[in-house]
Amino acid sequence: MLVRSSDQLPRTTVLKRFPVPRNFEVSPESRIEAGDTWHAPADATRVKRFEIYRYDPDSGRNPRIDTFEIDLNTCGPMVLDVLIKIKNEIDPTLTFRRSCREGVCGSCSMNIDGTNWLACTRFVSDTAEPATIYPLNRLRVIKDLVPDLTHLLAQYELIEPWLQSATPAPEKERIQSPDDRGKVDGLYECILCFCCTSGCPSHWWNGDRFLGPAVLLQAYRWLIDSRDEAAGDRLDNLEDPFRLYRCHTILNCTRTCPKGLNPGKAIASIKRMMVERRS
Amino acid sequence: MERDTRPLSPSLQIYRPQLTSVLSFGHRITGIALSVGTVGLVVWLIAAAAGPHAYSTVQAFMRSWLGFVLLFGWSFSFFFHLCNGIRHLAWDAGYGFELRTIYASGWAVVAASAFLTAAAWVAGLFAVG
Repeated sequence: MLVRSSDQLPRTTVLKRFPVPRNFEVSPESRIEAGDTWHAPADATRVKRFEIYRYDPDSGRNPRIDTFEIDLNTCGPMVLDVLIKIKNEIDPTLTFRRSCREGVCGSCSMNIDGTNWLACTRFVSDTAEPATIYPLNRLRVIKDLVPDLTHLLAQYELIEPWLQSATPAPEKERIQSPDDRGKVDGLYECILCFCCTSGCPSHWWNGDRFLGPAVLLQAYRWLIDSRDEAAGDRLDNLEDPFRLYRCHTILNCTRTCPKGLNPGKAIASIKRMMVERRS
Repeated sequence: MERDTRPLSPSLQIYRPQLTSVLSFGHRITGIALSVGTVGLVVWLIAAAAGPHAYSTVQAFMRSWLGFVLLFGWSFSFFFHLCNGIRHLAWDAGYGFELRTIYASGWAVVAASAFLTAAAWVAGLFAVG
């Protein structure tokens, strides 16, 4: 199947997951155990099952998978609606991040049916039976679907994501031609949901030093901004075997971006700038 | 430290295999297979230089079912790594990053490496007779 946009769901995959043991390279505290099932009310007519990753730091227990049976006739159309319904009516301890419910804040990013997406823009009707919901991949879990983003945000800070200019600030705004302004299209829309970074195998295994697609897309956003004058320093900062060059062009990032952006292309553009400045 | 007792969320164990990651992993695995296969090639060359007895021993192994499987895997690895390597060259030059192009070139690599492997074996078996 030819995938034209990242919101096309993976329908032709032979395998739902890679053929590795469930506990492959999983440390003892991360092992997932069987959880509870919350049955739908007896008068429910359109029942769908949701398998959701749960972890309660206060329980002293390992993570588990709880199964929730939801009557879709009494629930909104989005995966986020399901989570809110569970929290309001079934289990108030279910914990997740959410804010705008329309795909502009990037809070409710999570792994839905094996790929990363925003819960607020994924239709329940597009999910598998049962739907599986995990937190973003390979991050320390704070509680349930809330991963610890501290490291990712520290990596974002490392690229100094603000305008740097030696030119004294003009009296009014810094002028930009329409062409120059157009260069940041497809970059400034990033909402830092980290769907791409947490779906990147390179970042799974080298995330301590590799910056990952979301942060590198932002790095490129400042590198090509005509008003920014620190491109040389920015490139020096990225010229590193790990920070930039651990990208092996796997392109899971471009495949999964819920905003339809292209982090893979942005990273290739940075690599190109590295080569061009040497010649 | 309390932090380290927190679980790590699953990644490879639950992430959906997609053409992007499958071909990338495949590129790495076939690269390793080619390196190991090169050792086999050297063994075959040394045997040929050592004399008819050593050569016929290696040749007998190559014609066993295990040798056949290894040789087939090595030839597929060669063509897959070659085709996907060309795809990577295009990316390094900055071309082919639209998602539909990524998928079109990916399926083209799968088809081309299957075709080239089959063609090489047909040609090889005809030549041997």
